[in-house]
Amino acid sequence: MELKRREKDLTVWQKLYIPEIVKGLALTLRTMFKPKVTMEYPEIKFQPPSSYRGRPVLVQEENGVERCVACGLCSRVCPALAIEVQAAETELEKERYPKKFEINMIRCIFCGFCEEVCPEEAIVMSKDYELVFTNREDAIYGKDKLLVPVEKLKDRLEFLRKFK
Amino acid sequence: MNITEIIVVSLIKIVLVIVMILVAVIFLVYFERRISAWIQYRIGPNRVGWKGILQTTADVMKLLLKEDIVPSASNKTLHTLAPIIALFVAFSTYAVIPFGPDVTIFGYQVKLMVADVNIGVLYVLALTSLGVYGITFAGYSSGSKYSLLGGIRSSAQMISYEVSMGFSVAGVLLLSESLNPQKIVLAQSGWMWNAILQPIGFITFVVSAFAETNRLPFDLPEAEPELVGGYHTEYSSMKFAGFFLAEYANMIIASAMITTLYLGGWQIPYIDKLGLGVTLTTLLQVGAFFLKVIFLLFFFIWVRWSIPRFRYDQLMSLGWKVMFPLSIINIIWVACLIMIFNL
Ligand code: SF4
Ligand code: SF4
Repeated sequence: MELKRREKDLTVWQKLYIPEIVKGLALTLRTMFKPKVTMEYPEIKFQPPSSYRGRPVLVQEENGVERCVACGLCSRVCPALAIEVQAAETELEKERYPKKFEINMIRCIFCGFCEEVCPEEAIVMSKDYELVFTNREDAIYGKDKLLVPVEKLKDRLEFLRKFK
Repeated sequence: MNITEIIVVSLIKIVLVIVMILVAVIFLVYFERRISAWIQYRIGPNRVGWKGILQTTADVMKLLLKEDIVPSASNKTLHTLAPIIALFVAFSTYAVIPFGPDVTIFGYQVKLMVADVNIGVLYVLALTSLGVYGITFAGYSSGSKYSLLGGIRSSAQMISYEVSMGFSVAGVLLLSESLNPQKIVLAQSGWMWNAILQPIGFITFVVSAFAETNRLPFDLPEAEPELVGGYHTEYSSMKFAGFFLAEYANMIIASAMITTLYLGGWQIPYIDKLGLGVTLTTLLQVGAFFLKVIFLLFFFIWVRWSIPRFRYDQLMSLGWKVMFPLSIINIIWVACLIMIFNL
């Protein structure tokens, strides 16, 4: 078998190390004066693109009612078992609504399955990434925290129609 | 000067030097973090104090408040002794480095160094070799295989590089005909810097200094990906801080030694021709010494964030097959210089 030569054998100049080291040093020196990529967080906040998967929220229609029909698919598909839905009947056209809708934000892994499976486009991933709680009870988000007006979620809804 | 005056002056100088090193280490750690950040397109710590200058103080506070954990499998005495040795060696080395010419303050003739030892260079070499005990003890006494590997690597590395370090220094000694650091500095007046007269020796010495201080690209004793933390894996709290402090103090000493031996110490070429007053000249010279040291410290940090770590066999073959012959070539070169130019 013929031995394959290595693609890149070092030349004598490279084997001297010193010139190569100087090259490397010059590169890092140049880098030192280049603009930095760090965002200084509390002052400057990251504006996520519409493909970003922040915390899942419920879409609230203009008339103040949630889109959700309490089918329970999201709760069924959630791999982290984070969602709890309790259905009840309503006079509205949709006939069913969630009496109780809770997402445990400690469990949620931001996979976006709930959004994907929802037949009504009622649960979507928002751009909100600032999730802070000081105890476990606070981490369970009820309907009060989950409902977000539809105008605020336009970006994501459009993105979903285009790519889902 | 009578004996009390000598003691008082020496004590003042000792305190000054120790405070200087401690303050320098604080800034050094801060700048290491900032510079590394800049090299990696980051900003680095900039919140604690003005531009983050108090970051190190905050870190030290944190370390002080942490629990000091001593592993039950460790040898307690050695485990405690190791950081003390490392620190002691790091600080005491600085005693013989001159940071300025002799000055007269309040009628006293004061040397700007803690101790004017005739065999100063030898003293430094001896003490830095002692420094390896700190690391080896730390590795040996921790009762952990990672620490032990780190300690063993460190001793092997130090021994290999001390040889070429010693031989490079021999070149300097040939030219200055003295082991006294102050005389070595004086011998480099004008542009007769040893770095210019013997560039090979300069390079071998700098490389060995990197290896001796365990800095990247030679930080095998604490190679994180392989050895967790190397010799200080099992250390916490202030003992860990001790090693940290010693490492940075060692860096300062290495820079000061390189300055003294190769970059003309506190000398500014031809400053006496300018006809400035004695005080101003002295101040400028002391400033020049610190500038040179600061530049070298920057160089240490700069190299650390530019060059990857050597593999262990590469380290050994570089030490014995490249650095060692080069340092001997350097001696021959210096001898030829002396023969030809009657220096
Ligand atoms: S994003 Fe994933 S984990 Fe979070 S609630 Fe939806 S399905 Fe569950
Ligand atoms: S899948 Fe959609 S409609 Fe069904 S319960 Fe979940 S949010 Fe409501």
